[in-house]
Amino acid sequence: MALMLKNARLIDPQIGLDEVADILIRDGKIVEVGHDLTMEKGVERDLSGKIVTPGLVDMHVHFRDPGQEQKEDIASGSRAAAHGGFTAVCTMPNTSPVVDDAVAVEYVKARAAAVGKCRVVVAGACSKDLKGEVLSDMGDMYAHGAPVFTDDGHGIQDAGMMRRVMDYANQFDTVIMAHCQDDSLVADGQVNEGVASTRLGMVGWPAEGEELEIARDIALCRLTGCPLHIQHITTKRGLDLVAAAKAEGLPVTCEVTPHHMFLTEDAITAEYQTALKVNPPLRTAEDAAALIEGLANGTIDAIVTDHAPHTDWEKDREFELAPFGMTGLETSLSLVLTHLVRAGVIDYGRMIQAMAVAPREILRQEPVKIEAGSVADLTVIDPEAAWTVEVGDFYSKANNSGFVGAELTGRATDVYVGGYATMEDGKIVE
Amino acid sequence: MAFDHKHLIDITEYSADDIMTILETAKTFKQVNERRIKKVPTLKGFTVVNMFNEPSTRTRSSFEIAEKRLSADSLNFGGSSTATVKGESLVDTVKTLCSYKIDCIVVRDRWAGVPRKIADVSGVSVIDAGDGKHQHPTQALLDLYSIWEEKGSFDNLHVGVVGDISHSRVCGSLIPALKIMGCEVTVIAPPTLLPARPDILGADHVTSNLDEALPELDVVYMLRIQRERFEGAPYPNLREYNLLYGLTEERDKLLKPDACVCHPGPINRGVELDSFMADHPKRSIILDQVYAGVLVRMAALYLLLGGSNDGIDA
Amino acid sequence: MNDESMVKSVCMDADDIERAVTRMAHQILEANKGAENLALVGIVTRGDLLAKMLVHKIEEIEGVKVPLGKLDISFYRDDFATHMSPEVHSTDIPFSIDGMTIVLVDDVLYTGRTIRAALDALMDIGRPAAVELAVLVDRGHRELPIRADFVGKNVPSSSSENVRLFLEEVDGISAVEILDIEPGKRAGAAALTKKEGE
Repeated sequence: MALMLKNARLIDPQIGLDEVADILIRDGKIVEVGHDLTMEKGVERDLSGKIVTPGLVDMHVHFRDPGQEQKEDIASGSRAAAHGGFTAVCTMPNTSPVVDDAVAVEYVKARAAAVGKCRVVVAGACSKDLKGEVLSDMGDMYAHGAPVFTDDGHGIQDAGMMRRVMDYANQFDTVIMAHCQDDSLVADGQVNEGVASTRLGMVGWPAEGEELEIARDIALCRLTGCPLHIQHITTKRGLDLVAAAKAEGLPVTCEVTPHHMFLTEDAITAEYQTALKVNPPLRTAEDAAALIEGLANGTIDAIVTDHAPHTDWEKDREFELAPFGMTGLETSLSLVLTHLVRAGVIDYGRMIQAMAVAPREILRQEPVKIEAGSVADLTVIDPEAAWTVEVGDFYSKANNSGFVGAELTGRATDVYVGGYATMEDGKIVE
Repeated sequence: MAFDHKHLIDITEYSADDIMTILETAKTFKQVNERRIKKVPTLKGFTVVNMFNEPSTRTRSSFEIAEKRLSADSLNFGGSSTATVKGESLVDTVKTLCSYKIDCIVVRDRWAGVPRKIADVSGVSVIDAGDGKHQHPTQALLDLYSIWEEKGSFDNLHVGVVGDISHSRVCGSLIPALKIMGCEVTVIAPPTLLPARPDILGADHVTSNLDEALPELDVVYMLRIQRERFEGAPYPNLREYNLLYGLTEERDKLLKPDACVCHPGPINRGVELDSFMADHPKRSIILDQVYAGVLVRMAALYLLLGGSNDGIDA
Repeated sequence: MNDESMVKSVCMDADDIERAVTRMAHQILEANKGAENLALVGIVTRGDLLAKMLVHKIEEIEGVKVPLGKLDISFYRDDFATHMSPEVHSTDIPFSIDGMTIVLVDDVLYTGRTIRAALDALMDIGRPAAVELAVLVDRGHRELPIRADFVGKNVPSSSSENVRLFLEEVDGISAVEILDIEPGKRAGAAALTKKEGE
């Protein structure tokens, strides 16, 4: 069965492609890219005015499956991903039970194959039960297809344990992804320490609680040689540390979320909006500006959502008791298009680099390019589609977006995974 | 004089005029509190729920007396019988209470922001009786009342607030309120008990040297050391705290002749306040503060539950 | 005097008020057989001023200065929830009313609700032997079984009108005026344009 995508603007910075052309897809692969292509039989889609990019990848999501399916599951989470324009995601291991052995990896893979609407890359835990004490079954998980490891949700508190994790992981072609949080400084921190914590009368989550662990993990990267990926970086000084490590030639990468770029601690008012309670917390305007600059200049490698769904009732409560996290899959691309691409801060090439190319590299996945022979994982974007973020529009089970009400321009309309449409004209294909 | 607030949650939403209206109304309630029948029928038929989700004796009794003296029907809700202990969410608890057709919720909670949440869910008037480490507006108002009675006005007053600023909901309301009234505010605390940004609360000066600050102050507001609330001790021991930050008898000579001493209570004698100062007949206005608590709470209930400002029928 | 209402007529001028107060003072003394055990309590914000005038007049006639108090009834009103006034004036009765004959003084007697509230307020303060009521103007339209013992002048009025007393001491002029009420506005005393001299 052949598929022809006609007349779209094709952008792929990996091969210096940016022109209006046609793509012919057969058996899940791109067979030809060119002008005025024809085929004998198959489905033809006219994508005039649209942009086609290599399929977007969100390398940091929580699908809550197994164990907390009331918040999200692989079926709903992967639909949210497709709806947001993603062809693949990387799920974090802090499920119940934790993905710290091969059985759990196989469960997630099997569910994704059965009910998923995007590719699911499974991240395994670094330590058993995310406790930071005993190594997880890293080798077995790796053999069963978990290419990367993280104790996301916690920092590994003990430096010696982190060293052991990195030393051990270094025998595989993998990366340790680090959630940087020093619990002895962060404790019960709720919001950024400074103006927000003082104004709201809550325990502060200091920038140094993150920066100290970034510095430590970079030092351990130097010591062990194990590749390190800093997750959801939020501060200017943290970014400086990563920039210095890169300049030194260390195998260090990092990621940023839209909410840390486009929201600040000032957004949390006396209304105590629990949707804005995230970990790490929303930081200062200066930090947000530095993150955007870091994304533009390449210090930041990837844009991720840290999609963290929660039920309405879990969020509709006391701020200090509400869980951390906000959803992101269905707003990420549009936020980036609106605030960065349309605003002229970055171009499409840089966006694709951060949302498709770099995540695949870091996750040790085959690259996807808009050229013959590549797997046909493609995202189609309508750059002019104006829309307002509304709860009723989400495919995710959860509504805890920090951007409800935002007016955005540009969104994905069609998504192809292995040549099959997972979304067409804004609707998930069932 | 317009007073159009429905809630008393965040003191920074109140203007100097609003605060003076409360203080002047509080003053008129003195007459009621000083006669044999200490009760007026003003809030007859109104139901006020005292929702104390955290233990409190003083604030709750003060509110209860204020409500009773205004003839409101009050319901005490909280303590070990609290629904939240049984796993009910705050939102459900508030909706349940509202089904009783109530008029006002006075709320004390461990967690910051809860009064606003209750206001959003319930639709009735909400008075914050202390939320987490955030605010305690009626405490600030009773402090202002006591200072106003003692000093006659807020003009050119320099107030020093001493002690645990970072864990203090009293400060969260008091310091902004003092600034609204035009006072100069110095915060005096060990660095381990300062919030990240005291200037955000309104502090004009921040110091850790009590002896240097005292001679400048017209009002010395000593905070209670909240021993029960510390994650890791922020000072070596109580003796050293008293040595560095206690208002001791020796420090009396550093004070201006007419400086007065406030404390929100309950006092840790020998820690933040020596008995000499706590009971000082000229300086201590601590018991006046307790009395002022009833007056300003009566005033707040009267003003918040009242309707529009209109003429008076003959 | 009043921006919201139109003055229709002046039914008492300063001289009329002076004469009425003099007559009321005489009547009070006559009814009580002198000034013994007598005290006057005026209802703020005009009744207290009227009471002060009556006390002066009684002193002129009898040579006795009877005790004078003022009563604020804000906390006793029956329409609190709809018409609360945030401006509360202090009640100040610097003597025990127990066993005394109290003459309550108000400017205009209308529905009777103010007097009902004043009686409740008085009873919470003490136990007078008797309470009498003196008003400068009775304009009718009673809603409660209340009647004045001493009346300066009966002024028949319509409920679409407002009858207001202005006094030299606070308003710069003394007069009783009848004003039209705009639809939706309520009858009521004039606001004090000056702070009471305290």
